[in-house]
Amino acid sequence: MIAFVLKRMAAALPVMVVVAAVVFAILRLTPGDPAAILAGDSATPEQLEAIRQNLGLDKPVYQQFLHWIGQLLSGDLGTSLLSGTPVLEMVVQRMGPSIALCLSTIIVAIVVAIPLGVLAAWRQGKLLDRAVMALSVLGFSIPVFVTAYVLILTLSLGAGWFPVQGYKPLSEGLWPFLRSITLPTLALSSVYIALIARITRTSVIEVMNEDFIRTARAKGLNERGVLLGHALRNAAVPIVTIIGVGIAMLIGGVVVTESVFNLPGLGRLVVEAVLARDYPVIQALILLFALVYVLINLVVDVSYTIFDPRIRY
Amino acid sequence: MSKAMSSFTHAALAASLLACGLVGSVHAQAKTTVNAVMHAPLRVLDPIITTAHITRNHGYMVYDTLLATDKDNQIRPQMLQDWKASADGRTYTFKLRAGLKWHDGGAVTAEDCVASIKRWATQDKMGQLMTSEMADMKVVDVSTFTITMKEASDLAVRALAKPSGVAPFMMPKRIAETPPTQAITTAIGSGPFKFVAAEFKPGVQVVYEKNTDYVPRSESASGLAGGKKVLVDRVKWIATPDAMTSVNALVNGEIDYLEQLPFDLEPIVRANKDIAIKVLDPQGYQTVMRMNHLHAPFNNKKIREAAMYAVGQEPVLQAMIGNKQYFKPCAALFGCDSAYASQEGADVTIKANPKKAQELLKEAGYDGTPVVILQPTDTPSVNTQPVVIGQALRAAGFKVEMQAMDWQTVVTRRANQALPKEGGWNIFATNNVMAEASDPLRAFGVAANGKGAWFGWPDVPEIERLRIEFSRTGEEAKRKQLAGQIQKLVIAEGVLLPMGQYYVPAAYRNSISGALEAPVPVFWNVQKK
Repeated sequence: MIAFVLKRMAAALPVMVVVAAVVFAILRLTPGDPAAILAGDSATPEQLEAIRQNLGLDKPVYQQFLHWIGQLLSGDLGTSLLSGTPVLEMVVQRMGPSIALCLSTIIVAIVVAIPLGVLAAWRQGKLLDRAVMALSVLGFSIPVFVTAYVLILTLSLGAGWFPVQGYKPLSEGLWPFLRSITLPTLALSSVYIALIARITRTSVIEVMNEDFIRTARAKGLNERGVLLGHALRNAAVPIVTIIGVGIAMLIGGVVVTESVFNLPGLGRLVVEAVLARDYPVIQALILLFALVYVLINLVVDVSYTIFDPRIRY
Repeated sequence: MSKAMSSFTHAALAASLLACGLVGSVHAQAKTTVNAVMHAPLRVLDPIITTAHITRNHGYMVYDTLLATDKDNQIRPQMLQDWKASADGRTYTFKLRAGLKWHDGGAVTAEDCVASIKRWATQDKMGQLMTSEMADMKVVDVSTFTITMKEASDLAVRALAKPSGVAPFMMPKRIAETPPTQAITTAIGSGPFKFVAAEFKPGVQVVYEKNTDYVPRSESASGLAGGKKVLVDRVKWIATPDAMTSVNALVNGEIDYLEQLPFDLEPIVRANKDIAIKVLDPQGYQTVMRMNHLHAPFNNKKIREAAMYAVGQEPVLQAMIGNKQYFKPCAALFGCDSAYASQEGADVTIKANPKKAQELLKEAGYDGTPVVILQPTDTPSVNTQPVVIGQALRAAGFKVEMQAMDWQTVVTRRANQALPKEGGWNIFATNNVMAEASDPLRAFGVAANGKGAWFGWPDVPEIERLRIEFSRTGEEAKRKQLAGQIQKLVIAEGVLLPMGQYYVPAAYRNSISGALEAPVPVFWNVQKK
């Protein structure tokens, strides 16, 4: 197992190099001039050129790339072209809301979706199954921002139970933290509940037709034991896969939710950086997201061995 | 689930929760904090390197200026005790007020001011003009410096009183000596607020606290001038990307002040009796169309004229703003409410005349060269004008090619002097803050010195001659006449098409009072109950 993990980590290195090269190249090919964005409307061409020199943007592209790789290897993610803030500092500032939203969404999604999916599979074709499937279609059809606005209208402006916007870290108290994260979690988890419930249902239905399920029933195991002890465990592999993909997407891909609820997370940071052509920030974040994807895929692959002892690396 | 898995899960959960908490911040809540949502998030801290208005607003919080304009646009001393002109009108002596201090405790000196002016003047167009007309600038003593012009002119005074564009903020000499093309990342000024660096999160929030060492002038605040008395402990600017969320937060009492209330959401706020809506910048904004004089078809004066006749102000303003309370057609290039308001060219600029445009196109022999219009899709204040312009031009017989892109691509592309089909452009639209465009010197869109001009590169030497004459003229009546002549030429040559004036309301809860009418949102004089 350890050898497998080490091999996968080593295999991640060329992936990261390719991601670094591709994102660097794409940024340099995309229209947009960070110097013009920094200087504004009335800068002269000479002033823009001087700013580019200060920012190192006048150097040949390959030199800029090598300089950036050198910085990365020494643990330096660079400095924001606009604010002059170290990128690492910006990432640390924005990580908290993203991690909080990601974890809370996945936890809620798992806790709600898996039982729903199992129940739907158990009652395949019946009213419960149809209701769960209809709700899951609604869940990933309704845009997250629509759900978000409805929640704000009813539970914030209407009932006054939750704030409209903003993020309170745990350091400001558990209750303020929970209040600030609840509505974004409810809005976002609707999509993941829908997704995970459907995958759970499908996987469990496949497994329920297996011989060992018939054997378990024949041996006198009650239905709960059959579902939870045998069916779900054997159906876990695709479920875990989709949860892993969900976590990876949540880390950097929830900019709409972050915008509506004004959560200063990494999703917003990357969009803002792209619109402002803040190259060091974009490059660092894309690399970070790539690393997160690699690590999550690794964790998911390792977790297969827990759910299916037949899988060995 | 195995015990190992359970322990692992617990450990991972604990670590993650710790991360959520560790990256938060704890600070003691001050007595009064004004929570404000401004029009953009603050990232760049250097108000000299950039013309971004949010950075200018930040500048007014932490820095001060030598001179300032009051609500009647009169120039008043701010950091200065006074200024005197020599008998020949060439030398101005500026004397600082006593007791001015930087936020780090050092005294403000004339040397600091001279260094700050030099840095500002290399970046700002009015400052560049001042430098070209200036013979000398020198420190006389610790609180006095002089500026001597080549000819009798009050240009230095008017330049140093400039409220926007790049405002001439004063900084400590050691900071002002930073090359003007290198951004400063600190914020040590002598202004009424201090920047709280520990709580700054670029693009998320910025916090200012009252500068208890600030000595405001004795007169009452008026516009950007007068006594800047801070009546709250802290001001926090919160970046909120979603306009609906900002309005909801205001309605819910989570924020106190919204700098720019979106026009389409104004009815929601108007119905709320706990919120006041007010236009705090009475000068407002102007939306303009700019043509590229370098390439066809607008390298032809008659075709430029046809385009000017084709576009009317009312449809543009209706599409942009919608609410008649907040816009008005205006022919005046320098603003209908300004000292240099003129009606020259009104027959061209106010109402669309597609028939006249068609006649001009025919006379000019227009060959159907497509007009490439840059359409930014991500910035609400500039994404409607191109669509209306495009339709108006089509109705007049132009062939139009609309190219959609984000605003930053527009910013890059409009600097490109290549052919439109090779990455250049023919038309883009933008908006001016009237405080930056209220006379022929401030309005950089009026400059017509060819490749040295603003994007579009009009080359009309007579306009430049008149602008220089304006800068050297001390008589107001003569300036008004010159401004009218400049406007006439600008319209006739198709340098810039004014498409009307509009005003953006602010909204704030009734717990907030004292918000000043000024071309820049300011937080001195503001109280919170």
